[in-house]
Amino acid sequence: MDMNRRKFLKIGGAVALGLSIAPAGKVLAGVKGNYAPNPEALKAKNWAMVIDMKKLEPDVEACIAACHKEHNVPDIGNKKEEVKWIWTDDFNHLFPDEAHERLGEKYGKKQFLALCNHCENPACVRVCPTKATFKSKDGIVMMDFHRCVGCRYCMAACPYGARSFNFKDPRPYIKEINPKYPTRTMGVPEKCNFCAERLAKGLLPACVEASKNGGIIFGDLDDPNSEVNKVLNSEFTIQRRVSLGTKPKVFYIV
Amino acid sequence: MYNSRNIIIGLIIFAGIFTFPFILNAVTASGAPEPSLDTPEINALSAKECILDTDYMTSNHMELLADWKIAVVRDGNRIFVTDDGREFEMSLQNTCLECHSNKADFCDACHNYAKVEPNCWDCHVGPEVLK
Repeated sequence: MDMNRRKFLKIGGAVALGLSIAPAGKVLAGVKGNYAPNPEALKAKNWAMVIDMKKLEPDVEACIAACHKEHNVPDIGNKKEEVKWIWTDDFNHLFPDEAHERLGEKYGKKQFLALCNHCENPACVRVCPTKATFKSKDGIVMMDFHRCVGCRYCMAACPYGARSFNFKDPRPYIKEINPKYPTRTMGVPEKCNFCAERLAKGLLPACVEASKNGGIIFGDLDDPNSEVNKVLNSEFTIQRRVSLGTKPKVFYIV
Repeated sequence: MYNSRNIIIGLIIFAGIFTFPFILNAVTASGAPEPSLDTPEINALSAKECILDTDYMTSNHMELLADWKIAVVRDGNRIFVTDDGREFEMSLQNTCLECHSNKADFCDACHNYAKVEPNCWDCHVGPEVLK
């Protein structure tokens, strides 16, 4: 083969380029395998909940305990740093627009169950600077703790007080760690996730399971035949702070 | 050579200081750890292979886990299907640790050797937390 200097340099250059690019193929090939949803998962376009306080009242504490045990929610023991996914409060705290001075004993002293409303127009998602909080395609307001930088904008934005911040390492405050679910770390807020991890396995949320008298109804708001829509069509229901326009998806029968 | 005595002593001192880290490592360093596969779950397997081939898992497990996280949390896809059709739940805590229940001798052995401190275990519950 006739080889002059020009040709030699050309071939040398091409070989050097090839050798330097070759490892990139491994990186660009990405991860092997495919992803699929669990076939047993409960499916919906827009998960929603109706809390029927008339039926739920005896099971309220059981609901809270079931949720907090399932999700490794710590019991910090002081109100200032408390962490909660689901809790109880007075009518006039949860429904300030509906409450008035003369509410009377029956409703004035009753403790109502409260949790994240998984709003259709969630303020927390809008303010999150890292998109750590987002709306999943089945209508659940989810958190990706890996992305959270702990700025607490979401806590300021949420008008329902549904988010709690981990001011310290929560692990020492968890009585019995559920080995199937992660804990959180210091510096991230947390809240109810409508039991997305249970829905994915075909189970109803822990609180729904714990409400033995059917006090919590869970279903698809976009399915006209769902249990939730049947209740909404037949009973008078209210929501927390409708005037704010967040469109909560937790409804109450008081 | 002028001042050969000083120059040679100086060179020896310089070479000594310059090569000190290498000499220290050669004397004290132990070999790379061999991650232990001795758990009841792995011993029960007929072929001791992870969900993908060992080479790939050794060099890319962190990328695999990062991709799993996005698939599970963002897209709601919780099942990993390998090219030959085996299915696994994508979960560090429930799937990886089920076989690799010896986190201290498997994960930590290499991570400590390589001085990497993955923050996975700040939230995901390792076996040492449950004791």
